[in-house]
Amino acid sequence: MPGSAEIKRFIRRFAALIDEHEKELTELDSAIGDADHGINMRRGTQAALERIETPADATPSDELKAVAMALISKVGGASGPLYGTAFLRAAAATAGKDTLDKREVAAMFAAMLAGVQERGHASVGEKTMVDALEPASQALTVAVDRGEPLVEALQAALAAAQAGSDSTIPLIAQKGRASYLGERSRDHRDPGSASTVLLFQAAAESLADG
Amino acid sequence: MDECAVLIVSHSPRLAEGVRELALQMAHGVRVGTAGGTDDGGVGTSAILIADSLRSLLQQAKSVVVLMDLGSAYLNTMMASEMLDSASRARVELADAPLVEGAVLAVVAAAAGEAAAEVRARAEEAREMRKII
Repeated sequence: MPGSAEIKRFIRRFAALIDEHEKELTELDSAIGDADHGINMRRGTQAALERIETPADATPSDELKAVAMALISKVGGASGPLYGTAFLRAAAATAGKDTLDKREVAAMFAAMLAGVQERGHASVGEKTMVDALEPASQALTVAVDRGEPLVEALQAALAAAQAGSDSTIPLIAQKGRASYLGERSRDHRDPGSASTVLLFQAAAESLADG
Repeated sequence: MDECAVLIVSHSPRLAEGVRELALQMAHGVRVGTAGGTDDGGVGTSAILIADSLRSLLQQAKSVVVLMDLGSAYLNTMMASEMLDSASRARVELADAPLVEGAVLAVVAAAAGEAAAEVRARAEEAREMRKII
């Protein structure tokens, strides 16, 4: 069952994927935004890496809260409050636990989704990170409820996140800076949905061990 | 203590300062704070900086009305208000108004000694104002 070590691995992997894809995320955001999503997410996740390295006896909840605070203080665009709130809710959902069973992992991502929706008021179809996050969280919960092992459930979540991100391409943006572009936001992938795919890729690669 | 202070939140430090400058031309003696840009002076908004500005203004005025520019300025101002204790949070109002015209209306109302709810309502009248008559 994942515990502090797996959460650390999850964050490190997320930071590494953001770093690897920084240019691409910024390019997506330059097409339909203010061209800073990759830069901002890299700054925030690098700060998160520093905060989770110490102390050694932190619980998953402590680590998730540290990530939240790093993102809130270091990500200057909307992703700061959105991912920041997601990780704060993840921390609250996992409070008091040293390890998480698969239901608790699913509940953690469901809490992240609820946080993002309460903060940003976006629904599926508005060309935001929610287009990836909602189907991914739902796929994870469905798979876990069906009794699938966590590794497969997280793979299903990743596939749903990818499909959700793909679905943003033809949409007209209803939220965020891209909404100022109207019709011109069509035929571009939403950058927040792309970084959400990386979140689930990191989860699929790290959380199923332990 | 002043009845109401005004906080200008912008992605751009220079824009926040500029709006403050314009607004102060209309009404002297009103405390107008700014929270513009990120913690390293770049373009963006920071819940931490906004919370710091709110706390500082709340030491000098009974309430604060906040004017914001685009999207994440609002998201981060909401986060910042959640970082305050509940008594302080109750003393903060967010104006759903265009930044420049809203700030000018807010400062005029605050200078007249209006309380936060009224200052906010005045700022929100900016939504109805036309630029070209």
